[in-house]
Formats: sequence, C-alpha cells, structure tokens
Amino acid sequence: MLLAGTDYTFAVAETPMLSFVFRKLLMLIPTLLGITLVTFTLVHLIPGDPVAIMAGERGISAERHAEVMAELGLDRPMWEQYLSFLGNLAHGDLGHSLISSNPVLDEFMSLFPATLELGFCAMLLAVCLGIPLGVIAGIKRGSIIDHTVMGTSLTGYSMPIFWWGLLLIIFFSGILGWTPVSGRLSSSYWIDTPTGFMLIDTLLSGEPGAFADALRHLILPTIVLATIPLAVIARMTRSSILEVLGEDYIRTARAKGLSPWRIIAIHALRNAMIPVTTVIGLQIGLLFSGAILTETIFSWPGIGKWLIDAVGRRDYPSLQGGILLIALIVMMVNLIVDLLYGLINPRIRNSR
Amino acid sequence: MTQVTPQPPAAVPEIDDGATIERTPQRPSPLRDAWRSFRRNRAALIGMVIIALIIVIACLANVVAPYSPVAQFRDSVLTPPFWQDGGSLRFVLGTDDLGRDILSRLIHGARLSMTIGVIVVSLSLGIGVLLGLLAGFLRGWIDTVIMRLMDIMLSIPSLLLAVVVVAVLGPGLFNAMLAIAVVYLPHYVRLTRSSVITEREREYVMASRLAGAGVFRLMFITILPNCLAPLIVQATLSFSNAVLDAAALGFLGLGAQPPTPEWGSMLADARQYVLQAWWVVTFPGLAVLITVLAFNIMGDGLRDALDPRLKR
Repeated sequence: MLLAGTDYTFAVAETPMLSFVFRKLLMLIPTLLGITLVTFTLVHLIPGDPVAIMAGERGISAERHAEVMAELGLDRPMWEQYLSFLGNLAHGDLGHSLISSNPVLDEFMSLFPATLELGFCAMLLAVCLGIPLGVIAGIKRGSIIDHTVMGTSLTGYSMPIFWWGLLLIIFFSGILGWTPVSGRLSSSYWIDTPTGFMLIDTLLSGEPGAFADALRHLILPTIVLATIPLAVIARMTRSSILEVLGEDYIRTARAKGLSPWRIIAIHALRNAMIPVTTVIGLQIGLLFSGAILTETIFSWPGIGKWLIDAVGRRDYPSLQGGILLIALIVMMVNLIVDLLYGLINPRIRNSR
Repeated sequence: MTQVTPQPPAAVPEIDDGATIERTPQRPSPLRDAWRSFRRNRAALIGMVIIALIIVIACLANVVAPYSPVAQFRDSVLTPPFWQDGGSLRFVLGTDDLGRDILSRLIHGARLSMTIGVIVVSLSLGIGVLLGLLAGFLRGWIDTVIMRLMDIMLSIPSLLLAVVVVAVLGPGLFNAMLAIAVVYLPHYVRLTRSSVITEREREYVMASRLAGAGVFRLMFITILPNCLAPLIVQATLSFSNAVLDAAALGFLGLGAQPPTPEWGSMLADARQYVLQAWWVVTFPGLAVLITVLAFNIMGDGLRDALDPRLKR
C-alpha cells in the first residue's frame, strides 16, 4: 500500500518536471524570434556604409559600390533582408563577416573558447572564494571579519573594472613584472590549439613552460572579471546564511548537540544555496558585459573584443549573429538555473 | 527623505477626564520612521555626506577648480602629483599628456557624472514606471507585449545592448545616457509591474474603484504611491550604475568625446601612459569608485530603512 503510494507520487512528480522543461523551451522560441527582430533592426539602424568601410582609404567607384551592395544583398528592402536572414538562420547559417568573409558562426566558435575559459575561471574564483567568505561573515556577524568582508565586497561591487584592470597592470606588470600585459600566450610559444582552451592546449602540447605562461596570462583578467560576481556572491551568501540560521530547524539541530560545523555544512548551507544559485545564474549573464571590458583591457582575443570591433567596423552579420548567439546562451543558462532549483530544493520540484 | 524635520515635543500624557481614553496612539509618519532607521546606519550617513560633498563640488565646479578643464599647460606635460619628485603644488594631482590639470578635470567630471546619473535615472524611472503601471494594471495583451520586449532586452548583456544603441545613435555623452536609460528600463518595468499586481488586488484599490475612480486615478494616485519604496531604492542603486556604465562607455570611446572631462574618457585617453604615469590613470578611476561606492552604501541604507521586507 505504502509502496504503491510512493510510486504514484513519483510518477506525478516526474511528468510535470518534463512538461515544465518542454514548456520553458517552447517559450524561448517567441523570445528568440523577438531577439532576431530587435537585433536586426538595431544593427541596420547603425549609420554608416559597410561597403565604404570595407573599401577603406582607397575608396571605391560608384559602379563597384553598387555591385558589392548587390552581392551582399544590402540593396534589397529591409523586410526582404530580414526574411532571408531568418531563412538562413533556420539552416544554421548566420551569414558571413563583412571584414574577413568567414562564416560568422565559425568566427564565433573559434573565439568563444577564449571567452569561455576566462569566464569559467572567473566564475570558479568567484564561487570558491565568495561562498566561504559569505558563510564566515554570516556566522561571525558583527565581527571585524564580517565588517571587512562586507566592506571589501561593497567596494568590489562598486568597482569600475576597466580601471581595476589598469591598476593591476600598473602593479603586477609594471612594478613587479610578474604578469604579461596582454594576450593569452607569449609569442615565443607556438602550439596547436585543438580545443581552443589555452590551459588545456598548452598541457597537451607538452611544451615546457607553456602552461605556466598561459596561466600567467590568465591570472589578471580572471581577477578583474571575477571581482563583481565575487562581491555579489559573498553578499548574497551572507544574507542568506543569516536568514537560514534564524530558522527553527537550525535551533533543533543545535539542541540535538550537533557540531557547529555540521550544522553549517549540512543543514544551513544547503538551504542557503537556493538564492545564491539564482544570483550565480544572473551573474553569468552579466559576465558577458564584464568580458567586453576585460577583453578590451587585456587584448584578450575573445567574443567581447570581437563584438566591439564589429561595432567599429559596421560588420552587420557578425554583430547580429554574435548578439543572437550570446542571447541564446544567456537564456539557456537561465533555463538551466531554473531547473537546478528543482535539484537543490525538492519543495520547488514537487510544487510544479 | 533627507531633511530633518523638527521632532514635535512628546505628547505629555494628560491625566484628567475620561474623554481622552478614546484617543488613538499617534503613529509616526512612514517617512519619519524611515529617516529614524536610516539615521542609525552610520555607513549610510557617511555615504550621504560624501554624495552631498560631490554635489556641492559639482555645482561649484567653476569656483572650486583651479584651472579650466581644457586649459593645456604645454610646459608641464605629465607632471606627477605634488608629493612625488618633480611634482608641485601648482598641479596638486599632476597633469595629463596634454598638460591639463587633473584635479580641475576631475572636479568638472563630477558635474558630468551627476548630470548623467540624474538624466539616466529620470528617463528610465519615468518611462519604466509608466510601462510597468500599464502592464501590471491593464494586463492582457499589453502586458504580454511589454514584458516580452523586456525579456528580450534582459537577455542581451547590458553593456552590449548599450554599445549597440550608442552605435545606432552615434557616440557622444547624451546618446550614451539615452542608451544606458534604455538598458535600465526592464528593471523598473518589472519592479513596478510586480508591485502593481500585488497592490491592485488590495481592498483599498477596490474601495477606490467602487467610489468611482477612473483608470488614471487608480493607477497614478491610488496604486503608484504604494509601490514607491522599492522604486526609490532601485533609483539610488541605478544612479551609481549609471555613473559606472557611462564611464565604461567613455572608456570604450563611445561615450563623452575628448576633450570633455568625463571620468571614463579620461581613463581611455590615459590608457597608453598606464606604465609611465600612474596618476593619469589612478585618479579618474578613484573618483568613479568613490562616487559609486557612496551611492551604493546609501542605497543599502535606504533599502533597509524604507523596505524592511527587502532587508538583506
């Protein structure tokens, strides 16, 4: 009897979860269509003549100009251009860059690992440092540690990270000479990049010193990009720990005589992590904004720098393809975060 | 919020006839209550004082600044600040690569940053509240269209969206402000809408509706004042973000154009001297950090004071 009951609730709990995922995925489609329309409109509103920019200083004759416009399809009416953009998109074709004439998707994919590597390391640093700091500050509420952590994180949260990057360069590259100023790898190394992740590629290459070199290039950009997420995560963890520590079940756990460590690690942290997961998910979206600035400061050959360059060069296809892909990534991450709640918190899973 | 209203003398309890028994206890006004709680937060007060100072400096920039922000002293290019070898009190914080006094440029930059904050917040608050009220109060297809559009805007990273909007409008300080205001819209719309949805089911709204209040009265006079607390907090916090983002756009060369003494574009100009002249890079960023920090500290204090539910 009892077993049958368990099976029943299990089946009920499974189906809504699946339909929930399905519904969420379906809801992405109109938003994505909207994004194509918005980016297409915005990008084509950017003043300037891409063909003239392609021609550069030499200039271009009026006939040749018209020819190139026709080749690129830029002479057709807007709605026609939009429909053909959508049609190609359905085939996974984002068009070709006006500057390098490579497919936009290929360019994006070749640069994305650099941004992903940087973003992953930054998030790792932010989470691994932010959560323990927040927990300690929460437990030692009102102490000097708490005030220091909170003061520092508010400063980090208010930091203009482009300036912070320059300061770190002044100190670590200029005065101490420990780290390189820009790029991902010194030019003295020449290695294959099968994965695009420099840390992995340098390890695979077996070249002595290459890994350490890649690591030294990565350190400052990682710190810069991690600063704001780190501050936000530490603040969120602290407040969420404080909230949880006031709950009845913590008092019960204390009354049972559990060790303080066990109460924090097993009882409090798990519940405190729910709002922190939300914040981490939101930070991943914000990470792209940070990546634009960080990659500009450190000449990091990633998506952020590529997009800023695309704006400067009126490279419509790269720009709209890039924004679309980034928006897609951000939405997928948010969806995954939504689903993760269910894993962390069974109450949410069952209520759906 | 910030003015100190003289406290009325505490009511002396009257011990006489039974007529006073009916008197209800005097409730402090919500504003005074918030101020009392804000005043106890020492950090928030410090933040407020710093902001007041920055505002005063910004207003009196022409009087306080020793030189014009664009005056070039070609005989003293890249002079270090006065405490370093080669520096003098003539240029307290040193000069940049064109021999312009950094302190004067910073002071005039304060004026720009305050203007940026005020304009961005007014624009995004005004339009955002309007859209949020419409979406939350009218619901239906208007709600769907507005919220879908906001979802789209939120799924594009904010700085990227701002960069594209600036690219459309053309680089410049005012266009940068417009772009930032656009980027902040979704936050105000969402915040307003969610408060409106809760509030409009309340009894006082029903009562007002029964009394014959029209749609506009219900939206702006009945409901809106009750949704203000989170909006005020969001406004302070986005003021600081606006200063930060305007500086970021300036740094990317898309905001204020030279020779405007905007902090972010000062940093962009100074970038190439980062390893030779630390002061050219350090002070503008420090100015941004202090301003943003002051607003964030005050915003935190305001949130605790105005909206205990949001207390973190």
